[in-house]
Amino acid sequence: MYDFSIITSWIDSFLRQYLPEWGALLIEFVLIGVALLLLYALIALFLIYFERKVCAFFQCRLGPNRVGPYGVIQSVADMFKMLIKELIRLNHVDQFLFNLAPYLVITASMLAFGCLPFGRGLQVLDFNIGIFFLIAASSIGILGILLAGWSSNNKFTLVGAIRSGAQMISYELSIGLSIITIVTLAGTMSISGIVEAQQNGWFIFTGHIPAIVAFLIYLVAGTAETNRGPFDLPEAESELTAGYHTEYSGMHFGFFYLAEYLNLFIVSGVATTLFLGGWMPLHIPGWEAFNNVMDYIPSIIWFFGKCVVIMWVIIWFKWTFPRLRIDQLLKLEWKYLLPLSLVNLAVMSILVVLGWHF
Amino acid sequence: MATIQEKISALVPEATFSESGQLYVTVPDAQWHKLAKALHDDKESPYDYLIAIVGADWGETLGCVYYLESTSTAQRLAVIVQTADREKPMLHSVCDLWQSANLYEREVYDFYGIVFINHPDMRRLFLRKDWVGYPLRKDYNADPALNPIRLENEESYDTSYSVVEKEDGTLEEQRPVIFTPEQYVVNIGPQHPATHGVLRLRTSLDGEIVTKIDPYCGYIHRGIEKLCESLTYPQTLHFTDRLDYLSAMQNRHALCLCIEDALQIEVPERVKYIRTIMDELMRISSHLLFWATFCMDLGGTTAFFYGFRDREMILDILEETTGARMSFNYNTIGGVMADLHPDFQRKVKEFCRYMPGSLKEYHELFTGNVIAQQRMKGVGVVSREKAISHALTGPSGRASGWACDVRKRMPYGVYDKVEFNEVLRTEGDVFARYMVRLDEILESIKIIEQLIDNIPEGDYALKMKPIIKLPEGRYFRQVEASRGAFGVYIESRGEKYPYRLKFNTPGLMLVGSLDELTRGGKIADLIAIGGSLDYVVPDIDR
Repeated sequence: MYDFSIITSWIDSFLRQYLPEWGALLIEFVLIGVALLLLYALIALFLIYFERKVCAFFQCRLGPNRVGPYGVIQSVADMFKMLIKELIRLNHVDQFLFNLAPYLVITASMLAFGCLPFGRGLQVLDFNIGIFFLIAASSIGILGILLAGWSSNNKFTLVGAIRSGAQMISYELSIGLSIITIVTLAGTMSISGIVEAQQNGWFIFTGHIPAIVAFLIYLVAGTAETNRGPFDLPEAESELTAGYHTEYSGMHFGFFYLAEYLNLFIVSGVATTLFLGGWMPLHIPGWEAFNNVMDYIPSIIWFFGKCVVIMWVIIWFKWTFPRLRIDQLLKLEWKYLLPLSLVNLAVMSILVVLGWHF
Repeated sequence: MATIQEKISALVPEATFSESGQLYVTVPDAQWHKLAKALHDDKESPYDYLIAIVGADWGETLGCVYYLESTSTAQRLAVIVQTADREKPMLHSVCDLWQSANLYEREVYDFYGIVFINHPDMRRLFLRKDWVGYPLRKDYNADPALNPIRLENEESYDTSYSVVEKEDGTLEEQRPVIFTPEQYVVNIGPQHPATHGVLRLRTSLDGEIVTKIDPYCGYIHRGIEKLCESLTYPQTLHFTDRLDYLSAMQNRHALCLCIEDALQIEVPERVKYIRTIMDELMRISSHLLFWATFCMDLGGTTAFFYGFRDREMILDILEETTGARMSFNYNTIGGVMADLHPDFQRKVKEFCRYMPGSLKEYHELFTGNVIAQQRMKGVGVVSREKAISHALTGPSGRASGWACDVRKRMPYGVYDKVEFNEVLRTEGDVFARYMVRLDEILESIKIIEQLIDNIPEGDYALKMKPIIKLPEGRYFRQVEASRGAFGVYIESRGEKYPYRLKFNTPGLMLVGSLDELTRGGKIADLIAIGGSLDYVVPDIDR
């Protein structure tokens, strides 16, 4: 099995040979930052293309097919368009908050992005309460959205921001509870620990029914958390034109756009990590030959492969279902998902205490 | 049982009667409201449906023609009321009896300057607040210097104007408040994805809850009725395709029928068949577009493409015969423009075979969806009485249980020779309106299937004289357009131009009911209700 920590520790020891510790760390931080940003942008570009193609096929269309073979560099072209567009300076808005909002959103999603274990030995932020940090970091995004809606000085954006605040804070509860369910099963809050615990079987298989229920709740709440259809109320285009980011232009709009797609990736990445074994290959206890074959597939491919499957499911939701109304949305969370998550957590705790899981 | 003439004479001795296709009663304004109330509350045949108010300028006086119908006995009556003078024209309002009168009277005020006493909201409906003059009056000064292109924004009304008659008969001007400064008023439109055109709804919100809607129309008003007064009859035809472009065929059919009625000519049987088939094809295409855009309004984007995919087949069929995909210009006085394309029958039959399967797919994709059902059921409920009072005709009225289909009530074309059901539902909510439209697609297919193999041979048009002059009189004719009853009123003075031509479109009434339907609902309900009423803006702004 490929272990990326061999490369990373080689770079580390190589730098420490020639530089004092702070110098080595500085260079490493910069390298990691650049690598993360690059990956972030590349994944966003891929996702935009992916979503456009998938939705086109759902809708009996071809999707992008002019720029490059099968339109593959369409989203690169879109990125350049976005970069060279003017940032329109609006009067009557709170300039400081207005300009701060997109950076808050993108920072939050960057922080959460850094927590994801992309492969064996390929994780930037990993410590004993990693999953806790992930939830906390991703919640900052709500602030950005609320600020964007508030500071735009526009009635539509304000309604969009309030909707999004109500929605994201509500659904965070379900996400938190379904994550805690898995933490209970794994016995650790460290992300790498959770992945290691799935060495001999992914949690969705070993956790009995509570894990499957938690997975489904997580999928619904995660879709809501990313403001995607059928939960795209904050930017419901037929009601609020574009919701909280109506007034943004150029790259500031681009940040919201990027963050939205990356949140889709982060939600699928977390789902992969918690329920589908992260970068762990598919192992079936007792099938040694099969397990060995699976081990030959690099861990990074396992991770991204699982992510793509979950993202595809979430995209499928969006292009099939109509949008909920705000009261129905909140009812779904507070009356159904939240009690269900609590019961589910209790059942999982009993299972773990009695040792009834695999 | 007294006839209606006797009843009216007993109540208003001054009333005079005339017959021109139907009964016309002329009453003085002083007695008009009393008569209207008596007609509205009549025991035997209550005239509960106000079809149209046609304002007119008769030289010495201004006035209105009110077309009334009793939904229980299908009796029709037209009442002519004239103002005392041109300087300060005033009539009594009937909007306390029929809610549809609210917007009709505002329209008349806008174009003729007739102030309706006791109308709570006498504002211009289509034109700007600062417009000088009343354009449909015959002595209107169209000098561009009076009404230059205004470069500043139009001010919104926060208070209205109203003339109220007090107990002792004196008139008092009032300024009713529309929106108080504390209210959170949002402009939905004129540029908004869900208003399906340039309609502006000033919406006051309490959080997510809609508390009041004030519709602003007229952003694309083209003054078609005024234009028609200076065009010959064949020239007026092409405007009809530009009213409700999704029922272009039916609209034009209505105008042709009205003119043919006046000329007392009978079109060949083949023409009737062709017109009926074309109307139904148009209806299917309109309902498909409704389905597509309605699903899109509710956030189901995929459905949008499915609807358009199937509508494309109809447009292709129509394009082959008429040469156009949007403004068909197909019906003419005495016939149709061109004979059917040789492939027409084969392609229509193919489509009729294909469509039911597609509808099944629609139901699987959208109708059965839990979210869609929750969004639609129990939202925007209109009772039968309300629907009649608001004059919500077409699928919207039928969803409330009002059998208002003109094709059944007074058949034209060959509707009397075909079997079809009038789709009725009683719930009156968004879901009912949605289902009525989808079921009507099936009924339309049924009609087409009965006709398509039996189109008789013969001429596709009568030879008409190059100059058509209509005999003096008033003519009113309705057809069932895709969104409801579409009426054409022609007043002729024996010239080759109409003296007054009025298109009575269903769209205006749909917008008029919007405030009452959405009150207390969420913003999302407003979008769903607006989508289910399916108004088309050029139909409102003529």
